[in-house]
Amino acid sequence: MAKVTVDGIVVEVPNGSNVLQACEAAGKEVPRFCYHERLSVAGNCRMCLVEIEKAPPKPFASCAYPVADGMVVHTDSAMVRKARRGVMEFLLINHPLDCPICDQGGECDLQDQAIGYGGDTSRYTENKRAVKDKNLGPLVKTVMTRCIQCTRCIRFATEIAGVPELGATARGESMEVGTYVEKALTSELSGNLIDICPVGALTSKPYAFVARPWELKKTDSVDVLDAVGANIRIDTRGPEVLRVLPRLNEDVNEEWLGDKSRFAVDGLKRRRLDACWVRRDGKLHKASWPEAFEAIAGKLKGLDGSRIGAAAGNLADAESLLALRDLMTALGSANLDCRQDAAAVDVARRDFYSFNTSIAGIEEADALLLIGTDPRAEAPLLNARIRKRWVAGKFPVAGIGPQADLTYNVEWLGNDPALLTGDHPFFQVLRDAKKPMLILGQGALARPDGAAVLAAAWKLAAETGMLLPDWHGFNVLHTAAARVGALDLRFLPGKGGKDLAAMLGGGVDALWLLGADEFDTGRIGASTFVVYQGHHGDRGAARADVILPGAAYTEKNATYVNTEGRVQRGFLAVQPPGEAREDWKVIRAFSQLIGRTLPYDTIEAVRARLEQANPVFARLDILPRFGAADTAGPAGDPAAVSNAPFVLPVANYYQTDVISRASPTMAQCTQTLRPALAVAAE
Amino acid sequence: MAEHSDSATAETFEQPTEFAFDSASRAEMATILAKYPAGRQASGVLPLLYVVQRQMKRATGSAWVPRVAMDAVARELGMPPIRVYEVATFYLMYNTKPVGKYHLQLCTTTPCWLRGSDEVVAACRKATGIKGWHETSDDGLFTMTEVECVGACVNAPILQVNDDFYEDMDAALTAELIAALRRGEPPPRGSMTGRLNSAPAGGPTTLTTLDSHPAE
Repeated sequence: MAKVTVDGIVVEVPNGSNVLQACEAAGKEVPRFCYHERLSVAGNCRMCLVEIEKAPPKPFASCAYPVADGMVVHTDSAMVRKARRGVMEFLLINHPLDCPICDQGGECDLQDQAIGYGGDTSRYTENKRAVKDKNLGPLVKTVMTRCIQCTRCIRFATEIAGVPELGATARGESMEVGTYVEKALTSELSGNLIDICPVGALTSKPYAFVARPWELKKTDSVDVLDAVGANIRIDTRGPEVLRVLPRLNEDVNEEWLGDKSRFAVDGLKRRRLDACWVRRDGKLHKASWPEAFEAIAGKLKGLDGSRIGAAAGNLADAESLLALRDLMTALGSANLDCRQDAAAVDVARRDFYSFNTSIAGIEEADALLLIGTDPRAEAPLLNARIRKRWVAGKFPVAGIGPQADLTYNVEWLGNDPALLTGDHPFFQVLRDAKKPMLILGQGALARPDGAAVLAAAWKLAAETGMLLPDWHGFNVLHTAAARVGALDLRFLPGKGGKDLAAMLGGGVDALWLLGADEFDTGRIGASTFVVYQGHHGDRGAARADVILPGAAYTEKNATYVNTEGRVQRGFLAVQPPGEAREDWKVIRAFSQLIGRTLPYDTIEAVRARLEQANPVFARLDILPRFGAADTAGPAGDPAAVSNAPFVLPVANYYQTDVISRASPTMAQCTQTLRPALAVAAE
Repeated sequence: MAEHSDSATAETFEQPTEFAFDSASRAEMATILAKYPAGRQASGVLPLLYVVQRQMKRATGSAWVPRVAMDAVARELGMPPIRVYEVATFYLMYNTKPVGKYHLQLCTTTPCWLRGSDEVVAACRKATGIKGWHETSDDGLFTMTEVECVGACVNAPILQVNDDFYEDMDAALTAELIAALRRGEPPPRGSMTGRLNSAPAGGPTTLTTLDSHPAE
């Protein structure tokens, strides 16, 4: 540790820290543009100048100057202020005075710091430089004349996103940031460039000229478009969600957010179900809530519990899942399923179906095996964590499954599940590692021999030293935000109950779909009465006999459990449109109509019941790390693994659910970045 | 407002669609890359770009580095293409667009300017018909580029043609030189006034009485 005095305040910082970090530790704000905690140090904006005593009499760039014991730093001396004013004047020489038409206005580092260090007039009478705008694809808008060449975007793309496509070409006054050859950025994390750009050079294309930051109401929430559960802030104005930004959570998403989670929100305004619909004479007619309820009650009357079933979708919250489960139990039905992909699961223990290492724990691991998964498409933030670990060095990664470009080197062992049961030189690498881990994707579980793959993967984990008293290296990566919560609530076929496949094809007479759209609805029996409760008019609603409009994740106070098993809460940012209501309330209201009233009226009561159903719901936000206490594996015969190749669950990252399929921005991304898939869809 | 004419998005020339190293280049590359330890081959990006530029001179008569060639260098060195673009556009001695058969590189830095580089520039313009910098004459023979100090100030002003220095230039000598180049008869490089290297003009001025071979 080094003892540093900053403006008279003595702080101790680790050796190797830079002066800027010492100033932060002392609570002194140092202005900066190019420095970013998570990126390498560039030291090229020169805004973070400070004065250091007993050093050469000149201002020092604090971000690029290491601390020394006994150093005395001044962040607010006359020399520092003068030097920063000089730097600011240079920065503003070529920066356009277009704040009134700039989307960064109000949340612009340059604007803010110009208040502190900018001059009141310009001494520069020559022409300002103008730079041609670049086309970086459908998400990031560029106004390159505003660029102050801090190179944060270049470093983010190269270091964090792992797509070295941005660079600074030419030099001096002609220097330009761009891709040189025009191309859309191929990263799923490109939206973060907008956040890290300190000026208005990179802004959001879909959000261009939409609103000013001070007009927005900000609501903290949780993302549900993948199973990572990234922490987000929902910015709204009136009844509209205008944008989604990441919120800092070191354990989950750090300060990043995937492009789908950030930009798919325009799908929340399209194809919405805002009224009840009832099918009469083969056609859907608008109806009131009582009419819709009567239609369902009439159908259910006299129906045996075993002829009623329910399937939950990928965006369902824990409260609605619980209410629907309780309703089905009240109706005497054990036909429940939350797995539209028919993934194998063993809920005997929680570590059989969750990401036990935890996302932050990836950084401790020292070897990784991927099984039937493409984390870049299934969970880009988790993939960024793996890359972060890989960049740190000494992290062999191998994969069994279809090859994918994951932004780090992967030794592909082949797409043969039987490899799991054999031996491979890489398994010795795992055995030699201190904290090896494996990630089992849904591509490996959603197949007829899924249970066998699950058991084989566990066995492999046990054999290669992944299951230790203080280290749990067995991980299941889910793709659905609702999945782990649903498994925690055992939203699964009960005793003698049917799974979704058995319910289809006439296995039940009445099927309640809670936002379930990700299966072939054509397989539902022709005479099956379908209730679709959800927020988007997609596959499920098209087949429904009664549609009950529900709330999307931005429109309800709801609990979600991410792939790690972390229980997190989202909050209502806007009211659901039209007649739509929060899903658990709808189910509660319906239960009353049929005389089987569920025992809760308030969200607090539902949550008390959640905790009763599974105590994990009491542990909000916190995820205790644990080792593998018991190495006994899940049910399933490891030897029964077939050699049919794995198929990845997410073909197109940009369109995986009803919201992203309704989003024009995501459609554009598909067109630009997955052209082969866009053509196939037509 | 000054637009960036050399921005990659405003190309007025055609980029070739493919590039492959020829055998001469391959031989050069082997020598160059042997200098770097294994895994550090990316350090060879500068000499490799020069290999490309020389090969283009041999093959097309115009010494420049097309984009496909930068991609080829990137592949060769296992680095992202953008990193090669950054290097190639940073250093002014790589031409990222085609130049004429004779690339006239005129030094206008202070010593050359004091010794009359303006005159040389004017003579070049007159003889070739080129108006601005980085432009190529209509016949494709000449390109004029303004360069910073080329390090031969003792014989200022300097006119560098491709890789050769022509020194002690003035308007008349420039016109003569360009006429000779046009005929395809480039004169020997060095001082155009006939002095040896940077020896005093008109012969030695010191040690004139020293007999280097005193009689016994």
